[in-house]
Amino acid sequence: MMNKIAVDMIKEQEKSKEYIKQMGTRVLVCAGTGCVANGSLDVVKKFEELGANVAMKEEKVTTIKTGCHGFCENGVLVMIPEKNVTYVKVKVEDVKDIVEKHLKNGEIVERLLYRDPQNGKIQQGNSDISFYAQQTRTSLDNCGHLNPEDIRESIANSTYLALDKALKELSPEDVCNIITESGLKGRGGGGFPTGRKWTFVRIAEGDKKYVICNGDEGDPGAFMDRSLMEGDPHRVIEGMALAAYAVGADEGYIYVRAEYPLAIERLRKAIADAEEYGLLGSQILGTKFNFKLHIKEGAGAFVCGEETALIASIEGERGMPRPKPPFPANKGLFDKPTLINNVETFANVPGIMLNGAEWFQSLGTEGSAGTKTFALTGEVNNTGLIEVPMGTPLRKIIFDIGGGVRNNKKFKAVQIGGPSGGCLTEEHLDLPLDYASLLKAGAMVGSGGLVVLNEDTCIVEVARFFMNFTQNESCGKCVPCREGTKNMLRILEKIVEGKAELSDLDILEELALAVKDGSLCGLGKTAPNPVLSTLKYFKDEYLAHIEGKRCPAGVCDAFKKIVIAEDLCKGCSKCARTCPVEAIEGKVKQPYKIEQNKCVKCGACLSSCPFNAIKEV
Amino acid sequence: MVATKQSLTSEQKSELDRILKEYDYKKSNLIAVLQKVQELYRYLPEEALTYVSVKMNLSPASVFGVATFYSQFSLNPKGKFEIKVCDGTACHVRGSMPVYNAIKKKVGLTGDKITTDCLRFSVETVSCLGACGLAPVVMINDKVYPKMTSDAMTIVLDELMKEDV
Repeated sequence: MMNKIAVDMIKEQEKSKEYIKQMGTRVLVCAGTGCVANGSLDVVKKFEELGANVAMKEEKVTTIKTGCHGFCENGVLVMIPEKNVTYVKVKVEDVKDIVEKHLKNGEIVERLLYRDPQNGKIQQGNSDISFYAQQTRTSLDNCGHLNPEDIRESIANSTYLALDKALKELSPEDVCNIITESGLKGRGGGGFPTGRKWTFVRIAEGDKKYVICNGDEGDPGAFMDRSLMEGDPHRVIEGMALAAYAVGADEGYIYVRAEYPLAIERLRKAIADAEEYGLLGSQILGTKFNFKLHIKEGAGAFVCGEETALIASIEGERGMPRPKPPFPANKGLFDKPTLINNVETFANVPGIMLNGAEWFQSLGTEGSAGTKTFALTGEVNNTGLIEVPMGTPLRKIIFDIGGGVRNNKKFKAVQIGGPSGGCLTEEHLDLPLDYASLLKAGAMVGSGGLVVLNEDTCIVEVARFFMNFTQNESCGKCVPCREGTKNMLRILEKIVEGKAELSDLDILEELALAVKDGSLCGLGKTAPNPVLSTLKYFKDEYLAHIEGKRCPAGVCDAFKKIVIAEDLCKGCSKCARTCPVEAIEGKVKQPYKIEQNKCVKCGACLSSCPFNAIKEV
Repeated sequence: MVATKQSLTSEQKSELDRILKEYDYKKSNLIAVLQKVQELYRYLPEEALTYVSVKMNLSPASVFGVATFYSQFSLNPKGKFEIKVCDGTACHVRGSMPVYNAIKKKVGLTGDKITTDCLRFSVETVSCLGACGLAPVVMINDKVYPKMTSDAMTIVLDELMKEDV
């Protein structure tokens, strides 16, 4: 429809704000992947059924499906920002109460409010809930606050304003310079200065240039890119359009993992809507700038997160990396100059263009400007998606925002940056999280996965887990990576099975360094990191497995022993009859015993005992 | 083991032609084409791959190369219920393996086998589904099941088995 074509974003924003205003009270129900799994779509349906979309009293109420609010642990989340109320763990049955009590009579439903796990105090809205209150949300600003499938909501929240300004008032060179000044660095893991990358592509010679958004978020334990694509797709698209203008590209691709169907669906809708508004396509916002955007679905290969492998995958090849140079900036997709950035990097661009480079610098530390999103998971109370200024200490993230370790267990370590990153321990809790400090500690920001480990986690098993992952995902091109990771995994398996010797540790370390030095791409270069960093900080645990033949965390099966407590055993013989290998012997009414050399540790006896006398040690 | 070779019926050929045409026979769309083919068959039959390679003017080796490189593609038939147990870091430390073992036991799979003989269930681990806040998670076809335990999983599977008689 022609009449939708936007030429003046300031006017468009005013129109969209009016549109939002007529919605009345907005009930924001999280429809990110996490909350959908918890049944949020049924919650939305119930709200609609109970008439939350029609006028109540004099006030109108509108139910809206939003992207991820971030506080996944407490899903389904229902936010009513006009009243500064956030309801947590909402179930279909609770909707009636919210509609009847709160929406119709203005009474807050106390039982559905969040309570601080430490002191039991009620925290009513996002500004009170400690999980949110201590964050600085800039790129996640809109996530959870708007309907990602309605472009007018994004426009009302200032999206595409920066594009409008850039196209009409700034030269491509100006845009590159602002990004350079801001100090933004690649958020996908590498940490390369974004402005420099853009300038390389801008000055590269070519009749055709491409912009690619890397949404192949493969790090296990990371989901910030997914949340951005699902929750605020227009911000990512605007960032890409700004980049395309700055480098002189007229075509772009968003490469999304096939495991993220919802992100793909929402991006498709967003692209179609942006085209309809003349914000993508030809003669954008009435200027001469053209930008056509496509989506490419991945097919499950971790290595495609590496830029040259990703380009090969878009071209329809096996996703294998190639040597650099030539860099994609000169010879990328279909051999044309190509700019490739991560989702979060693009999401930071509109904010910088709108608020200025100085604003962005003021948010982080020297050398690491801006904010960073982290996926906080594992053994921590408040799992979810967070955004904090660069340089925020780990302690604040885990204990203040994250609410500490689950079940009052002791903090052991945090694994940062997924399979390419490393472990940080208690001594690093006050370390500022920025590029330089982490590199010094032998870890990296990576994509921003933070997995909290407690005293019950076996660190050697975690290292084995990561090695199993990278070994599986190694594309096989470089021999040190293909064979080295296999052999490293074999040694780690020997260690957790109690079959390793001390000399294996030396081989493990030697192999780690060889894989690091001898691999072409980031996957191989960083694959040994989890092993090297755990060897550095937890060597005693490796030694306990090898020399002491025990697993200090009590995780590794090989060292487990099942025993019967003599004082609790009543001699009922139930366990002996349950045991499939006849390893339990004894006389009725006297304590039974397990013959350790016969026992296969199946655990059948554990549940059979009526007196809880059988334990794993 | 690759499924026994059969020739394509004319109906199947026209289905494949429709997909190929939709993607313009372009090499850069090969992955998308294979995804559509897999949607059709729930796996990539050898004869379909050969057909695609001839029609797209690519060598069968390069098409097989792509089909075997990406973990999403399978050369063997998959079950009606594709169960993906997330074994990303967050799920792993919160106990995804006991859940995985419980599922295999429940549907009767042992060793490296991933699909039951009756072609009802396929059970695999995947590296990360991106729902780490709700670890451990399991995905059955397109539905995500959060905060799973062995017991909860057994209930879910019982339901599925009851529905699908």
